[in-house]
Amino acid sequence: MQITNVTSVALGVGSNRILPARGIPYPCGDPGLSPAAEYQWRRRLLEAALVALATPVREPTVFPVA
Amino acid sequence: MRVAEPLRVVCYVNQFFAGIGGEEKADTGPGVREGPAGPGLLLERLLAGAGTVVATVYCGDNYMAGHPAEAVAAVVDRIAGFRPDVVVAGPAFNAGRYGPACARVCRAVQERLGVPALTAMAPQNPGVELEGRGLIVVPTGDSAAQMGKVMPKVAELAVKLGRRVPLGPPAVEGYLPRGVRRNEWAPEPGARRAVAMLLEKLAGRPYVSEVPLPRFDRVPPAPPVADVRRATIALVTEGGVVPRGNPDRLEAARASKWLKYPLAGLADLTPATHEVVHGGMDRAPGNADPDRILPLDAMRRLEAEGVVGRLYGYYYVTTGNNTDMAAAARYGREIAADLLAAEVTAVVLPST
Repeated sequence: MQITNVTSVALGVGSNRILPARGIPYPCGDPGLSPAAEYQWRRRLLEAALVALATPVREPTVFPVA
Repeated sequence: MRVAEPLRVVCYVNQFFAGIGGEEKADTGPGVREGPAGPGLLLERLLAGAGTVVATVYCGDNYMAGHPAEAVAAVVDRIAGFRPDVVVAGPAFNAGRYGPACARVCRAVQERLGVPALTAMAPQNPGVELEGRGLIVVPTGDSAAQMGKVMPKVAELAVKLGRRVPLGPPAVEGYLPRGVRRNEWAPEPGARRAVAMLLEKLAGRPYVSEVPLPRFDRVPPAPPVADVRRATIALVTEGGVVPRGNPDRLEAARASKWLKYPLAGLADLTPATHEVVHGGMDRAPGNADPDRILPLDAMRRLEAEGVVGRLYGYYYVTTGNNTDMAAAARYGREIAADLLAAEVTAVVLPST
């Protein structure tokens, strides 16, 4: 599955499981947060990624991050 | 205004259009015929005195495919001898070896001789996607039966190119879009044009986008992972995260390769171990903490807790900046083959 800030591009190219990142240069980060909070964000993102991988989809789908 | 001298035109064709033979002669090496041959005969008639086809250089399609650099060099050497004002290659229609050969000849003629060149082939000919970038390619149908339809446009553009007349946009002049953007003044400001377009779109009326969006393929989704706790997950990224020092010289743009690096013994990526080489974005956040692109720290934690079965021992990387589309598709296929051979269950692909 793909983690990207530009979900519209991912949808357009046929990427089927997509998670929204918070920025282009840091798909798994958020430099605006403290290091501890950013790590927690990264972890939540990856947990959501695993949910997406385990979910059947029929077409390009953007998944939420809890 | 004095009457222009007739342009000197050299044609490039394959063994068939040179009149040498069909598939059985596709191994023919480079050669020359004086004057026009094959499509060059029609081209010269259509030039109507504006140009003369002084020579036809040819090469067998198999020979070209089998000796790409050497054959193109030999063809260009022969073309150079005739001091052309313009070179016309093809038309190749949908011929899969001939199309790329025409495109390579055009590119080499332009780069080595500084002579303008054009070719013609079907838009889906692999020569367009693989070799056609930046070249003037007149679109054709699939079949050489349409030669008569296409040559007038080829002749017209050959004259313009030979006379160094700047070409207008693709839609006006009749060649395939090259992805070149030229600024021009519009009578109305952009905001008005955008609103006018939006009103047409809302009313369900046709409108013409100023920036047509490319169309892409749909991909059948993979079935879901049955049990993530037993799965092997691999990390793949186009964010250009490489071991510090970029030992394999991954490019900042137009990556020519993908790379596979070990994660064994690593629980965290830091500026001491890795760097970001992607040239299409701000590298500072990723360089300060490469986990922001390749989330090794969090993945290791999930692995330790048993949330995932295991993190695959290698990660895959390329640079997704102006990547040639055909190359990118090939990298994807090659990485997928590697993942399947390693029995990886699923991939997390953070992309920039």
